[in-house]
Amino acid sequence: MYKVPLKDGVLDMENGTFIQIKNLKKYFIEEPDLLMKLVTKKKKRVVKAVDDISLDINKGETLGLVGESGCGKTTLGRTIVRLYEPTEGKIIFKGEDITEARGEKLKEYRKKAQIIFQNPYSSLNPRKTVRQILSVPLIASGVKDPHEREERIMYLLNRVGLNYRQMDSYPHEFSGGQRQRIGIARALAMSPEFIVADEPVSALDVSIQAQIINLLEELKEELNLTYLFIAHDLSVVYHVSDRVAVMYLGKIVEMGKTEDIFFNPLHPYTKALLSAIPSIDKSKRRERIILEGTVPSPVNPPKGCRFSTRCFVKKGKMCEEEEPELKEVEKGHFVACHLY
Amino acid sequence: MTIKNGIVPAKYYEVSYKKSNLITNLLSLLGKIKKHPTALIGMLTIIAYILMAVFAPFISPYSVKYSDLSARLLPPVWSGGTWAHPLGTDQVGRDLLTQIIYGSRISILVGFLTVLISASIGTFLGAIAGYYRGTVDTVISRFADFLLSFPFLIFAVGVMAVLGPGFWNLILALTFKSWVEFFRLVRGEVLEEKNKEYVEAAQALGRSNGAIIVSEILPNIFQSIFVLATLRMGYMIIMEASLSYLGLGVPPDIPTWGSLINSGRNHIFDAYWISTLPGIALVILVLSINLFGEGLRDILDPRLKVEGSE
Repeated sequence: MYKVPLKDGVLDMENGTFIQIKNLKKYFIEEPDLLMKLVTKKKKRVVKAVDDISLDINKGETLGLVGESGCGKTTLGRTIVRLYEPTEGKIIFKGEDITEARGEKLKEYRKKAQIIFQNPYSSLNPRKTVRQILSVPLIASGVKDPHEREERIMYLLNRVGLNYRQMDSYPHEFSGGQRQRIGIARALAMSPEFIVADEPVSALDVSIQAQIINLLEELKEELNLTYLFIAHDLSVVYHVSDRVAVMYLGKIVEMGKTEDIFFNPLHPYTKALLSAIPSIDKSKRRERIILEGTVPSPVNPPKGCRFSTRCFVKKGKMCEEEEPELKEVEKGHFVACHLY
Repeated sequence: MTIKNGIVPAKYYEVSYKKSNLITNLLSLLGKIKKHPTALIGMLTIIAYILMAVFAPFISPYSVKYSDLSARLLPPVWSGGTWAHPLGTDQVGRDLLTQIIYGSRISILVGFLTVLISASIGTFLGAIAGYYRGTVDTVISRFADFLLSFPFLIFAVGVMAVLGPGFWNLILALTFKSWVEFFRLVRGEVLEEKNKEYVEAAQALGRSNGAIIVSEILPNIFQSIFVLATLRMGYMIIMEASLSYLGLGVPPDIPTWGSLINSGRNHIFDAYWISTLPGIALVILVLSINLFGEGLRDILDPRLKVEGSE
C-alpha cells in the first residue's frame, strides 16, 4: 500500500510530491485477430513502451522528459493523463491513487490533468469551430450558462493571444502556431493543475516555437501549473525545465536538476545525447559521440542494461546480464548505470 | 476595446455571433452546387423526377388502372401516333406516359429507402467495428466479406425467390447486401479518424465513446457517406428495375419501369416504344443521380480543396 506523504499529520500538498509514478508499465499487446488465431499459431506481440518507471513531479515544477523517437516518452505522458490504461504500477495524484479511477473519479482527474498535443493540425477537429472546441471542456468543468461560457471562451482566447472575434472560425483558418494556441486554450478551459505538454512545439516553425514556449511559461506562473514537458529538442528542454528525465527504450536512465543533467551528465546515453546539441560558439562545442547501431526493438529489449548494445564505456558481462537500478548518486541526481 | 477579467461589452456579441447550423451549411452547399454545372443539371433533373413521382395522379393523362383494348400498340406522336397517347400505348392499351410517370414512384422510393436503410446500418456497424476493433470488428468484417463474395443480382434474385414478391421484401433483398458498401467505407474512415489527436483530446476532456463517435468522428466522415449514398442510389434503382424485369420485384399490378421493359420484350420489333421509353426514363434518372453524386464528391472532398497548410 502506498503511504500518503504527511506533514504534522496533515496531507503535505504544498511541498510534497504532486504526482508520484510508481513502477509504471505500459505494454501494448498486439493480438492476432480471431481468424488468425484459429488458422495459425501466431503469438501475440508485446511492445514494452514504458517498462517500470518511477518518478515524482513536484508542485509547480516543470519536468522535462527527453529521449529519441520511439523511446516511450509520449506513451508515458499519455498514460499519466490516463489516455492509455496502465498495464501495471501506480499513478498517485495529490495523494490519491487514480491508476484505476473510473466514472466520476476519472472525470475529476481529467479536470486537473490535461494534455497539449504535438500536432496542431490533427489535434483540432476540422469540422468544429473554435467556439465548439472550447465549449466541450467548459461544459465538462461545469460552466453550464451559455452566457458565462461565451465570456470564458473570450477570456481564454484573449489569454492565449488570439482574437476572440475568430471564435466562429474553423481550425483551417488558423496558422500552425495559432492552432497550438487553441490547443492550449482547450487544455486551460478545464482549469487544470497539471499539464502534459507532448512535444508542443516540435511541429512548429522555430520563430513560433519561442512564442509558444513563452506563453506556456507565462501561464505556468500565472495559474500555478505543473508541467511534464516532453520534447526531443534538448535546447528547448534546457530552457523550460527545472528537472530533466532522460528516457531510453521504455526506461529512465538518468534524472536530475537541469544543470546537473546538462553540465554533469553521468549516463553514457545522456552524454551521447548532449554531444549532439549544435552550438555556434566553438569553445562550447562538445566532442560528438556517435552511437553505433540502432535502438533495439521494444518488443524484445536487451537483457541487462538496455543501453548495453550501444554503450561505448560498458564494463562487460555485468552490463549485459544485470539490469541497473535507478540510484541516487548525488543529491537529487539519479542514474541507472553500473558505472556508478 | 479592452477585455478585463473576461468581461466583454455586450455590443461586441453581435459582431462575433455567427451561428453555424444545418440550414446555413445546406445553403452554402447549394451555392457551391450552383457553380458546378453537371451537379446542377443532375440535381435539377432529380428534383423534376421527384416532383413527377409525387404529383403523378395530377400530371398523368389517364388513371393508372386505365386500359383501352381498342387502342392497343399505338405508336408515340413522332412515329405517327396521336396526342391522345403522346408516348403510345402497350399491348393491352395502357397509356405509356401514365405508366412511366407512375413507374417513377417505385424506382425513386426503392432507391431512396434502400440507400437510407443500408447507409444507417452500414454506418452504425462500421463505426462500432472501426472504433472498438477486436472481436466485434472481426465478426462483422468477415460477415461482410462473406456477403461480398456473392454477385449482387444473383443474391437478390435468391432472396426474392425465397421471400416472394412484395415492396418490403424487395427493400429487404436489396439492403441485405447493400449495407456492406457503407460498412466498409465508414469502418475505414473511422479507423483513420480515430488515430487523430483530436479524438484523444476529446477523451482527455472526459467525453464518452458514444459522444466521440457521434459528435467528433461522424461529422468528419458524413460527406463521404453522403457521396456514396448518392452514387449507390442510382445502382439501387437499376437493381430494382432488373428484379422487376425478371418478375421478382413488386406485385405486377404496380407499374414499374422494369416490368414495363419486360412487357415490351415480345414487341421489341413492332412496338419498340414499350421497352425503350421506360428504359430512357431510367437511364436519364440514373445518369442524373451519378452526375449529382460525382459533382458532390468534387465539391465535398477535402483532399481536392486547399485547407490551410495541410
